[in-house]
Amino acid sequence: METELGLKPGEIGLGTTLVAVGFDGGVIIGADSRTSMGGAYVVNRVTDKLTYVSDRIYCCRSGSAADTQAVANLVTYYLQLYAIQHGEEPPVRVAAALFQELCYKNKEMLSAGIICAGWDKYAGGSVYGIPIGGSLHKLPYATAGSGSTYLYGYLDTAFRPNMTKEETIELVKTAIALAIGRDGSSGGCIRLAVITEDGVERHFIPGDQVPVLGI
Amino acid sequence: MVSRVNVPKGGFNFDNYQRNLILQQNGYSMPKATKTGTTITGMKFKNGVILGADTRATGEALVQDKNCPKIHRMAPNIFCCGAGTAADADKVTDMVASQLELHRLATGRESRVTTVLATLSQYLFRYQGHVAAALVLGGVDVDGPQLFSVAPHGSTDKLPYLSQGSGSLSAIAVFEERWRENMERDEAIELVKDSIKAGIFNDMGSGFNIDLVVIEKGRADFYRNIETPCPTIEKIGNYKFQPGTTAVLSESFRNFVTITEGDAMDIS
Repeated sequence: METELGLKPGEIGLGTTLVAVGFDGGVIIGADSRTSMGGAYVVNRVTDKLTYVSDRIYCCRSGSAADTQAVANLVTYYLQLYAIQHGEEPPVRVAAALFQELCYKNKEMLSAGIICAGWDKYAGGSVYGIPIGGSLHKLPYATAGSGSTYLYGYLDTAFRPNMTKEETIELVKTAIALAIGRDGSSGGCIRLAVITEDGVERHFIPGDQVPVLGI
Repeated sequence: MVSRVNVPKGGFNFDNYQRNLILQQNGYSMPKATKTGTTITGMKFKNGVILGADTRATGEALVQDKNCPKIHRMAPNIFCCGAGTAADADKVTDMVASQLELHRLATGRESRVTTVLATLSQYLFRYQGHVAAALVLGGVDVDGPQLFSVAPHGSTDKLPYLSQGSGSLSAIAVFEERWRENMERDEAIELVKDSIKAGIFNDMGSGFNIDLVVIEKGRADFYRNIETPCPTIEKIGNYKFQPGTTAVLSESFRNFVTITEGDAMDIS
């Protein structure tokens, strides 16, 4: 079900499943790859919704494709300025605060649900949720998009603090697969990114290798 | 001195937008703009990018132009296909193309596809979908061959093959079946032609001829009407009657005007 509100007629939306989970030493973010129009046509089945904003900070986009791309581009630009002015990579909380500022001040114009996650030397791995009204939440794990409806219960039971990297990858992958199975607006492939002090490591699970869960 | 003449500034004008909404609420219908109910496609191949388009432009139920050029030259190495409202697609591509020309003259460097993509998408985003242009953008620059699509609200996609317009569903099916990585130039041209043909034959909004552009490193070949899959068929019969088909039974002439001779004009 498409639960994203406020799309204009004919606008391209990201009926989406997004998951971000912090672990010891970093964060894992994951998303499906479906972009659809009017809940009827898949515009892009291999979309990359995990979007670069700085070297160790990514955002996960849900809602209007146009709005979230515009916001992400703007934040990327501000973070580049930050890196030059401060002579160091921006912390994740700064990126998240920028997303929150833009999403709150333009809340009448935007339909954007964003998760901002990454690693910095002050806080280590951190996850921030910025849902549609423009509020900001620091969380140990977050999920967003139309597929998140099917995931809250799973993540609440499956998440444990201080998991290893491998356990967390498996958790995120399973969560996305579960949502793809139940949410019509999510689908395609699974994209993952592991963000640690060492950098970003991307994983790609093609559509025919997405786990089929349940009966 | 302040000029008394009100010089129009050009560009888009939304002054009457609110008024028109109220008129519509009161039951007055707006005239429909000419839309390029369209099939436009693009794909990457071994050495570059190919873009294709049909040539039909429609306004409501009527075909407005049977050979409408929908592939626009943005720069010598970058081309762009336009769908949606014809006026908007033409205007937005022309404006960006002229900005690029000035930018090339100022910098002395070849234009880059990402520059065009950013300019187009930021412009369309600013107008929140009211500038109704859906675009397929392709080109070859220092970063190699690149292909993007831009939706009317300003979102972009990067894909190895894509289609836009009302015929995009038929066209994408052809690519999904036959596209492979690193295709040769000739087979890639055939595939793009077939994708446009799928739109021409199966979509009411698309039709007539195929335009094509092949962009490779250092060269771009534009083929206007590379194929005409819908030629006007010559009629077998005609409605002209041969002289003598009808028998002449009688003839009569009458003079209704009496011609009288006057003085000759003096032309000496």
